[in-house]
Amino acid sequence: MSLAAVNAKNSEVKSKPVGFLMHAAIFGYIPRSFFYANFLVSNLTSALTLEAAHLTRRFGKNTVIYDISLQLKRGEVLGLLGHNGAGKSTTMQMLTGCLAPDSGTIKICGFDLQRQPTLAKAHIGYLPETPPLYKEFCVQDYLIFAAKLRGIKANEVSSALDLALQRCGLNDKRHTLIGTLSKGYQQRVGIAQAIIHQPAVIILDEPTVGLDPAQIRDIRTLIRELGTAHSVILSTHLLGEVASICDRVEILQRGTLVYSGTTSELDKLNGVAGQLEENFIRLTEVKI
Amino acid sequence: MIRLIAARELRALLSMPSTWWVLAGLQFMLAWIFLTRLDAFLEIQPQLAQIANAPGVTASIARDVCNVAALLLMLLTPMFTMRLIAEERRNQTLPLLLSSPVSSGQIVLGKFIGLMGFFVLLMSTTPLMLLSLQLGTTLDFGLLCSNLFGLILLTSCYAAVGLYISSLTAQPIIAAVSTLAILLGVWLADMSSSALDSPWHQVSPLYHFQNFSNGLLDTGDASFFVLVSGVCLLLAMQRLNSHRLHQ
Repeated sequence: MSLAAVNAKNSEVKSKPVGFLMHAAIFGYIPRSFFYANFLVSNLTSALTLEAAHLTRRFGKNTVIYDISLQLKRGEVLGLLGHNGAGKSTTMQMLTGCLAPDSGTIKICGFDLQRQPTLAKAHIGYLPETPPLYKEFCVQDYLIFAAKLRGIKANEVSSALDLALQRCGLNDKRHTLIGTLSKGYQQRVGIAQAIIHQPAVIILDEPTVGLDPAQIRDIRTLIRELGTAHSVILSTHLLGEVASICDRVEILQRGTLVYSGTTSELDKLNGVAGQLEENFIRLTEVKI
Repeated sequence: MIRLIAARELRALLSMPSTWWVLAGLQFMLAWIFLTRLDAFLEIQPQLAQIANAPGVTASIARDVCNVAALLLMLLTPMFTMRLIAEERRNQTLPLLLSSPVSSGQIVLGKFIGLMGFFVLLMSTTPLMLLSLQLGTTLDFGLLCSNLFGLILLTSCYAAVGLYISSLTAQPIIAAVSTLAILLGVWLADMSSSALDSPWHQVSPLYHFQNFSNGLLDTGDASFFVLVSGVCLLLAMQRLNSHRLHQ
C-alpha cells in the first residue's frame, strides 16, 4: 500500500467522530468551541498508540539513553535508525517493558506501562534481536502458546493462528520443530509471535536480519500491510528498507535523538531528492 | 496464565531425553532399595514375631524407601530447577514472557507449579510400588500417607530454593551447582552436628522430614517447608522484577 493510501486511511479514522460532531454542531446541539476541544481529545485518545516521554536509562555510570521522546500514531511505520550501540535495542526493550527506564513515562494505548503493565502489555507485540523461540516446540504449538500468553480467548486462538501462519508464510512448516528450522524461518516465527494477537503497537528489532532477498521482500510487504491497521516501530541498518516501508524516521546517536521527521523529509534534507544515505551519514557524523 | 506457563514448563521437561534417563534411573534405584528391604524384612520376620510392638512392614520398608527417595531428590532437584529461569535468560526467551501481559508472580508460580507437577509424576511410582505389598499383607496407610505428604513438602522446598537460585544467574550449570552446594551443605552440617539443640538441625529440610517419616504430622515442620518455599518464591519474583531495573 502506498504512502498516500495510508494517509487517507489515517484521516478516515480521525474523521469519523469529527463528522458526527460536525453534524451535531451544524444543527446547533453543541457550541462550536466544544467541537474543537472534543476533536483534540478524540485525536489524542484514538490515534496515538504509543507515547514515550523523556526516557533516560543508565547502565552503571554509563548513560545509554538520554531524554528520548517518541510518539506513534495508528497506521504509522516508524523507523529507528542509528549506528551500532546507538541505543536502538535498549529503547525497544524499554518500550516493551523488558527494561525499566530510570526516568520518563511510557504510555501504550493510554495505559501507563509502569503502573498498569498488564493492560499496557496486552497491546504490544515484540520481536527482540534474538527471536524468543522455544526450540523444543513445533511452530504451531509455540504460536498457540504465544497467543494464549497474550490473552487471546481459547475459541479465537485457532483463527488467530491461521492468520499469523498465512501472513508469515509458515503454513507448510506448521508441524516442524522450531529447532530444526533455518534462521530465516525462525525469524518468521519470531515475527508471527509478535503479530498473532493483533496488537496496536508492533515493535520489531531488525526484522529482516538473516533473511534471503525474496523473504526480505515478503516481510517488507507484510510490515507495510501491518502498518495500515497497527503502529509499527522497527529498527534497521538498511536505509533502503527505511525508504521503502517507513513513514517516519527517528535517528539515534549515542543515546540521544538527533533527527525526527518523515522519510521524504530526510530524503531531501538538502533540497535534493534521493540523498537518504548521505543525509543519514551527515546527521550521525556531525555529533561525534 | 499460571496454568499455561506450568504446562509449558512440564512439556519442556518431558521433551528432554535426560529427563527420561533420570526418571528411569531413579525408578531403578528405588525399586532396588525396595526389594533389598523386602528381602531383609522377610529374613528377620521370624525374630520380629517374638518381639512385642515390633516395627511392621510399612515402618521397615516404606519408611526406608521414602527416606532414600528424599535423599535422592535432594541430589536430583538441582538438575531440574537449574533451567527454569537461567536457561530462558541464556536462550534469550525471557523477553517473550516479560513483554506479555503476565506479572512476574504469575511467571514464577507457573514455573514452580509446572515443576511440582513433574515431581509428583516422578514420585507417583513409589506409592504404587509400596501398594503392591497390600497383596500379601496389610499396610499402615497413615504412616504411608504422612511419608508421601512429607516427601511432597520437602520437594517443594527444594524446588523453591532451586528456582530462586536459577533466577540469579544466566548459566544453568552455575544454578545447578549452587543449589546442590546449598542443599548438600545444609544436610552435611545437620548430620555432623551432634548436639541435639544445634541450630543446623532447625534449618535442615531433611531433619524436618524425619517427623513425617515417623508418621508424625507436626505443624511446625510443615510450616517450615511452607515458609521456606514461600520466601524463596517471593525472592524469585522480586529478582525477576529487579532484573528490569538493574540488568
